[in-house]
Amino acid sequence: MSLDLNTIWFLLVGVLFTGYAILDGFDLGVGTLHLFSKTDTDRRTLINAIGPVWDGNEVWLVTGGGALFAAFPHVYATVFSGFYLAMILLLFALIFRAVAIEFRSKQPMAWWRHAWDLSFFGGSTLGALLIGVALGNLAWGVPLRADGEFAGSFWTLLKPYPLLTGITTVALFAMHGAIYLGLKTEGALQERIRGWTRPAIIVFVICYAATTVATLLCVPHMTDRIREQPALFLVALVGMLAIANIPREVHHGRDFRAFLSSAAVIVSLLALFGLGMFPNLVYSNPQPAHSWNIHNAASSPRTLRNMLIIAAIGVPLVVTYTVSIYWIFRGKVKLDASSY
Amino acid sequence: MDLLFLSRLQFGLTIAFHYIYPPMSIGLGLILVVMEALWLRTGRELYHRMAHFWTKIFGLTFALGVATGIVMEFQFGTNWAAYSRFVGDVFGSALAAEGIFAFFLESGFLAVLLFGWDKVSRRTHFLATCAVAFGATFSALWIVVANSWQQTPAGFHIVGEGASARAEVTDFWAVVFNPSSMDRLSHVLCGAWQAGAFLVLSVSAYYLLRRRHEEFARASIKIALPVAVLTSMLQLVTGHGSAITVAKYQPAKLAAYEAHYPQSAPGTLWLFGLPDTEGERVRFGLGLPGMLSFLIHGNTTTPVTGLRAFPPQDRPPVKVVFQSYHVMVVLGMALIGISLLGLLGWWRGFLFRSRWLLWAFVFAVLGPQFANQLGWLSAEVGRQPWIVYGLLRTPDGLSRVVTAGMVLTSLILFTLVYLLLLVLFLFLLDRKIKHGPDDLEPRTGGQRA
Repeated sequence: MSLDLNTIWFLLVGVLFTGYAILDGFDLGVGTLHLFSKTDTDRRTLINAIGPVWDGNEVWLVTGGGALFAAFPHVYATVFSGFYLAMILLLFALIFRAVAIEFRSKQPMAWWRHAWDLSFFGGSTLGALLIGVALGNLAWGVPLRADGEFAGSFWTLLKPYPLLTGITTVALFAMHGAIYLGLKTEGALQERIRGWTRPAIIVFVICYAATTVATLLCVPHMTDRIREQPALFLVALVGMLAIANIPREVHHGRDFRAFLSSAAVIVSLLALFGLGMFPNLVYSNPQPAHSWNIHNAASSPRTLRNMLIIAAIGVPLVVTYTVSIYWIFRGKVKLDASSY
Repeated sequence: MDLLFLSRLQFGLTIAFHYIYPPMSIGLGLILVVMEALWLRTGRELYHRMAHFWTKIFGLTFALGVATGIVMEFQFGTNWAAYSRFVGDVFGSALAAEGIFAFFLESGFLAVLLFGWDKVSRRTHFLATCAVAFGATFSALWIVVANSWQQTPAGFHIVGEGASARAEVTDFWAVVFNPSSMDRLSHVLCGAWQAGAFLVLSVSAYYLLRRRHEEFARASIKIALPVAVLTSMLQLVTGHGSAITVAKYQPAKLAAYEAHYPQSAPGTLWLFGLPDTEGERVRFGLGLPGMLSFLIHGNTTTPVTGLRAFPPQDRPPVKVVFQSYHVMVVLGMALIGISLLGLLGWWRGFLFRSRWLLWAFVFAVLGPQFANQLGWLSAEVGRQPWIVYGLLRTPDGLSRVVTAGMVLTSLILFTLVYLLLLVLFLFLLDRKIKHGPDDLEPRTGGQRA
């Protein structure tokens, strides 16, 4: 593939959503695991483990959405209006996740905290599920009309394959979140979290295997490119090695390396998704001719160039902020007066 | 109910609710910068306590702004997909720039602001506060630029025809500095600073009336009052600038502001009144003949284009625009009045003792909130029937595959959830205010300075 502007923007949108999945992925995973912790102190520690960073992490999604709008407006329009109710549900999931973090520890009443614990769990888990279902639908292909508008309904989106990718995403983020928590906690709580990490890995591996088999058998167009260029199988191989490496690092107590491995799994899976989709952004199934691809869905070359300049200025700044924030809040979580 | 009405109602409801919070954050951000600068300069513990307390309020308003803000970005795609296809090339860039230049900055350093008191030095904390305040202000820039392009499109050409026509950028800087963007930005920012300043004034006045945290309250007022006076006065200038731009580029909107019907005649400035859209005049009103011409053109006899110059299908809904605009102006004047009275009280020494004036400040917090909401209402309803002025009509911007039933479902959900959030926000804000500023461990420097 030649590296024209449209391809660069395909990659950049991919980078933004991958950044979102790595960073907010562990936030959502912590939410999914939240109810497994029992005491109020443990639950506060979990929330404060992501407290200073979840908000900035969500910005990756906001910016990814903005970049999609700017670079491929037809994809943004077709997917957001076509998946209407699913998108609205995702918004409510993210709203309840956000306000649960903010509100939970502001009042001492047990009923208040229980309600927000449920909201934090529900919002995070539903968010992860919906993101996975959306990606699964894009991989499977959705019915598009000749004018590129979505031709299905909410129920069209609930096919078995997208539901499987949805559950896999929940499992992936839960594993990623457990590993992140191992990094941020200490003492007895860290031991309890290590007790969750192993089952989380096992559940993810089962989901991963099921998704891989389902993709090979039922969604063959997603693997065409690798069949054509076998060298690209390396991407999948790196992912598998990274998965295999996670239990090893966890066993040796090398939490940061385990976290990097888990991030590598996310990168590998999204790279495989991108390789399978390219050059399409919304694959039309049953009529592939109606698909939106990087050319017919794109903004003008001038806008793509302007945006590239914006990205060239903005991305180094964003990386600088992100690294400094994570550096300032490095180390184990300590609850204090300013904590959630 | 029809799809257009429901989609507009949902957008209106969600943006109005969202717009409660960012102006307070932008305004409080500026005041936090001042407080921390004073702390850094004087080392007085009082300023530390002040910054600490207002940072907590800031955190609450910011969180609600974030939670309700992502809805706005998604909604262009979910409900206004045809609009998104038409403007994506132009409008999308502004949204993406807002994300990459503003949101990352503010939400990243917010963490230092809220949780970094003991983790970084005082100077670093101050810089983080500046970054957050700057980021919040910068986000206003991009979103107002995007919105202003809808009002006064520039720097583009139309490519394609019929349903596949769209606007493409020809000149990026002409898009950013479109004819109305800088006037509207200055008006919006002053409104946001007013919202922050009057919030601080309200809470501080309440403490003085309750005889609690009096030193804290007096010092807070001394910072917020000058901001309130300055920005309230500046609103005259920025509002005037905006009105002149509207007169030049959106004459139908200006005519609706003053329910000015004659095709070409000197314009009357109404102090109040009831527009009669059947009889095409204003009833029960008090008007200053020629004053509209005077404000726009500098003399009372120059004609102003009226609504009759536009076919009925091109006129905005006059009653809503007229009333929201006029109440905004009245509120703006009242805010100037009360802030000047406060200044007089400070100079003459009755500010902290006059109970009626303090009570007035307690309730004045609602002034900027309502003025900001009504200002947007008149600006956006005044843009109708266009979603992009003169280029795309609002019904043509709707999503083609979304049904009225789907929007009704989401609208009911948004209404219920947002009511819940509003109640919770007010409850927590009330608790925080009643709790008051904490007594902190005195700090002279960062532990890791």
